[in-house]
Amino acid sequence: MDHISPVIWQFLVKWLTNFAVIPPEASKVAPQVDALLLFMTLVSLVGLTLVILLVVTFSILYRRERNPVATQIEGSTLLEATWTIIPLGLFLVMFVWGSVLYFRIYTPPPNAMQMYVVGKQWMWKVEHPGGQHEINSLHVPVNKPVQLTLISQDVFHSFSLPAFRVKREAIPGRYTTVWFEATREGTYHLFCSQYCGTAHSAMIGQVVVMSEDDYKKWLASSTSGVSLAQNGERLFASLSCTACHNGTPTARGPNLAGVYGSTLTLTNGQKVTVDDEYLRQAILNPSARITQGYAPIMPTYQGQISEEGLFSLVEYIKNLNSNYRIQQTTTTTELAPAATAAAVGTKGMVKP
Amino acid sequence: MSSIVSLPDQTTARIPKRNYITNENGIMSWLLTGDHKRIAILYLISITFFFFIGGALAGLIRLELLTPQSDLMAADTYNKVFSMHGIIMIFLFLVPSVPATLGNFLIPIMIGAKDLAFPKINLLSWYLYLAGGALTLWAMISGGVDTGWTFTVPLSTHYLNTNVVTTGLAIFIAGFASIFTGLNFIVTIHRMRAPGMTWFKLPLFVWSNYAASILMVLGTPVLAITLVLVVLERTIGIGVFDPSKGGDPILFQHLFWFYSHPAVYIMILPGMGVISEVISTFSRKRVFGYSAVAFSSVAIAVFGFFVWEHHMFIMGVSNYSTLVFSFLTMLVAVPSAIKIFNWAFTLYKGSITFETPMLYAFGFMGLFTIGGLTGVFLGSSGTDIHLTETYFIVAHFHFVMVGGMLMAFLAGIHFWWPKMTGRMYPEKISQLAAVVTFIGFNFTFFPQFLLGMLGMPRRYAAYPPEFQVLNVFSTAGATILGVGYLLPMIYLVWSLKYGKIAGANPWQATGLEWQIQSPPLTENFVEIPVVTQEAYDYEWLDRQKEREVTQVG
Amino acid sequence: MDSPTVAVHEGAHHEHPSYQRHHFVTMDQQRESASFGMWLFLLTEIMFFGGMFTAYLIYRNWYYPAFVAGSHTLSIVLGTTNTAVLITSSFTMAMGVWCAETRKRSGLILSILLTLVLGLVFLGIKSVEYHEKWVQHHVPGLRFDAMTFVHPKAEPGQPVEPGLPLDMAQHTEIYFSLYFAMTGMHALHMIIGMGLLIFMLIKAVQGAYDEGNIAFVENFGLYWHFVDIVWIFLFPLLYLISRHQ
Repeated sequence: MDHISPVIWQFLVKWLTNFAVIPPEASKVAPQVDALLLFMTLVSLVGLTLVILLVVTFSILYRRERNPVATQIEGSTLLEATWTIIPLGLFLVMFVWGSVLYFRIYTPPPNAMQMYVVGKQWMWKVEHPGGQHEINSLHVPVNKPVQLTLISQDVFHSFSLPAFRVKREAIPGRYTTVWFEATREGTYHLFCSQYCGTAHSAMIGQVVVMSEDDYKKWLASSTSGVSLAQNGERLFASLSCTACHNGTPTARGPNLAGVYGSTLTLTNGQKVTVDDEYLRQAILNPSARITQGYAPIMPTYQGQISEEGLFSLVEYIKNLNSNYRIQQTTTTTELAPAATAAAVGTKGMVKP
Repeated sequence: MSSIVSLPDQTTARIPKRNYITNENGIMSWLLTGDHKRIAILYLISITFFFFIGGALAGLIRLELLTPQSDLMAADTYNKVFSMHGIIMIFLFLVPSVPATLGNFLIPIMIGAKDLAFPKINLLSWYLYLAGGALTLWAMISGGVDTGWTFTVPLSTHYLNTNVVTTGLAIFIAGFASIFTGLNFIVTIHRMRAPGMTWFKLPLFVWSNYAASILMVLGTPVLAITLVLVVLERTIGIGVFDPSKGGDPILFQHLFWFYSHPAVYIMILPGMGVISEVISTFSRKRVFGYSAVAFSSVAIAVFGFFVWEHHMFIMGVSNYSTLVFSFLTMLVAVPSAIKIFNWAFTLYKGSITFETPMLYAFGFMGLFTIGGLTGVFLGSSGTDIHLTETYFIVAHFHFVMVGGMLMAFLAGIHFWWPKMTGRMYPEKISQLAAVVTFIGFNFTFFPQFLLGMLGMPRRYAAYPPEFQVLNVFSTAGATILGVGYLLPMIYLVWSLKYGKIAGANPWQATGLEWQIQSPPLTENFVEIPVVTQEAYDYEWLDRQKEREVTQVG
Repeated sequence: MDSPTVAVHEGAHHEHPSYQRHHFVTMDQQRESASFGMWLFLLTEIMFFGGMFTAYLIYRNWYYPAFVAGSHTLSIVLGTTNTAVLITSSFTMAMGVWCAETRKRSGLILSILLTLVLGLVFLGIKSVEYHEKWVQHHVPGLRFDAMTFVHPKAEPGQPVEPGLPLDMAQHTEIYFSLYFAMTGMHALHMIIGMGLLIFMLIKAVQGAYDEGNIAFVENFGLYWHFVDIVWIFLFPLLYLISRHQ
């Protein structure tokens, strides 16, 4: 083989041994996406072959040497209808199939584990409900649906997991969500795929899929001691949210227990379902959508809480199932403001 | 191989003494001209200049991607290089390429007019283009810009310290060049057709440029106002796109893609017109289903305005709006399929020869088919999630834009070169160049489909090492492609002096432009023709020849 | 058109008026092309303003109270005056076109002058309004203070309006951005139009429109009416439609 440049030879060997046209199928939806991709590839190959065949055959049959005089043909409605309707039909099949997948990928199941992702130039920060923080990596258990809620604190980023065939833009100023269910243990790529400035190509990491047991061990070993909801609770107290949202009958703000997922009527009669995005907006732009029966007196917290802090608050409010918890928070704040302040100081757990 | 080329006797043939080139002399006669043919030449020179700058930047991109690390240049430099490559290629090459050069030169002649309706505005268009180009170059030299060609906010407005404002203004100005070209074409095609030249006798090249002009006229102003808002946001912080002030960056995406999606049809439609002309001429046959091809251009232009959101499927838009836009995207794919099959069936029972323009046209058909079909992968929302923002996108639009549009442009340049200059290009070497381009192109961009499938994101200065092999293939292909583009540059310039005298109609083609002398007179026609024949009527042409009646003495 | 090409043809086309361009076959064709081109250009202008109208529509829907409060700070008296001024200027422009058509040179000059003066009055009033915004800290980006909407000052002779909550008050900046972008682009079109008016005035004085070559006047008339119509949309959207709140 010495007549082939060793460099090229090395490449060829490397390429042939590692040849792959698709990344590993590591999520439940991946084989479904790949099936459609395969279907499309086959249709494309048939279409392309047909075009090439037509061009080559006609070029041979009707080249000037063989056919010196052309026969003028106006066209053929039947033929034209054929190649309008057949591609249209195929494209519509792809449209329906693709849309089914799209709705599947962007509609999380109700029982999904919740994780929060903040994109910033140039790293991914992941917050687990248990209080685990990660940077540029994401640990998930195998065979469990996981829902990600994403936001960016500066420019557009895009959370791309090729092995799971999912991707979602992290947008400044609003939440987006995506979900997946990993099916194969291993370590896979995590990319930022939306151009985000200088170190865009360095904004990469890995997603680690672990068995149930390993995941539990990992959770235990990386815990910060304070869960996301607890962090939110402290923020809730330290930002004096309890002054109004204290669940008492005379409270100036609506009771937040059980509010998540409920349907509120606003002052203008509009109905909204309370979700993560609504809670976020209610903290930052409270006067835009006021619950019926309340005055627009809530101050805005724009610029005072980080995106992680907002996630903590959202997670806290999500888990508020009874009034009891709020009462407790209120009492704790009233009794020991110093203790809360100390907690804020320690380990930087509360991230306002 | 036989050929349809029929050249006059080279020993006696002369380039006509009086033509649009010799009509006046001196640099000012060019810089102040109102002649659409001279403006076309001016445009041709300028877009070629920018093409080679953009091409050099592409070369740098491919060199950097030879290795997984960002070692040839820092990430910042790489970002500037790909941004400038995109901006120059899209706004300064692809958008004006066929319309401003071939369209400018040919549309008035094809419809039997002496000039475009507004010659001064046509010249103004070139100056605006030049001003935009100069400003872009200035932005590049004085520090560059690294927004990507999409100017995404808030990155472009708040997080970069490069020449965003200068570049934005440059594109704003160049946009008006495009608006004026489109406006001129529409008015000319509506009002200046020769007696007897009805809409359905127009060559398909005119139809496709007409469709593209509608997009230019209606789409470009939206880009203009968007860029104005971006510049205001960046300079004084008006907040319309700033999420911290309540503005919505998604609104920018909508406004930007409202232009930039139709813009890809601005780029490809005129190219499709070239292919119709070339395939008909070299198979000696009327284009199969003339009206279907004509209407499919208009259909593309109309549907093209209602599919922009497919660039935003993963950006948190409502699932139901995705449904609508994905559906419309599938519809817009159909007219392109119609065109491909109609071209293929134009060959049926033709009398086919394989001169260079025809080779480029075949290249176009193959590559555009791939580009179009992979577009369906992206239009189907479920697979778009996996493929968008990866090299699959890069490969897809290079197949359409470079494999499609550039092939069509080169087909057109070769096809009308004898008309524009009066001389033939050298046939053998140009056939070689067409084949080299085709091979180089596939080598460069096909591996990128695989990279995209594997998930490699676009705009990465450094990438995981497992992607290297395919990137090396791509870079190797780019070298071949570079040769394929340099060759025409060299032999076309050579042919200006040494090429064979072409005569009025070397291809025996039917268009009005072939019935007048090459290069044409400044006023195109000695007498305005009265059109009685259909487009692509080769029997009419034969009768003309028999009677030995030519329109130019 | 550069002279030599014209020179070639002037001899061949005696029968045509001197102002017919060589590349048009008939005068009708030239006139139709010019007005068709102008209408197309106005279509691009609609798309140009359309981008801002879209933004207005969306943000007004989102931040309705902010848009109400913002529009309350605009002077309805000045706005109405300006509307009247602009409509009158459209009338004088129409008169100008009529005078040109009937070849009344002095009438044309007078109409152009009046249009010019009315245009200047419009811009004058507009700059008074802009200055007011500057004084009140209502210029987004450069000089903006949302607190003026949280604690609005009582206008003399008017009841004190209730303030907006801070977060909504901050969104008035979007309203003013759109106000300045839209009226600013409109004013820019006015300024360009007035430059053309001055050019037309000089030509008219020289007698350039006495021979029936009035395509320029007619098409400028279309432009001027278009600028007027844009204002007819801007005025209610920015000044009027939230007034009752």
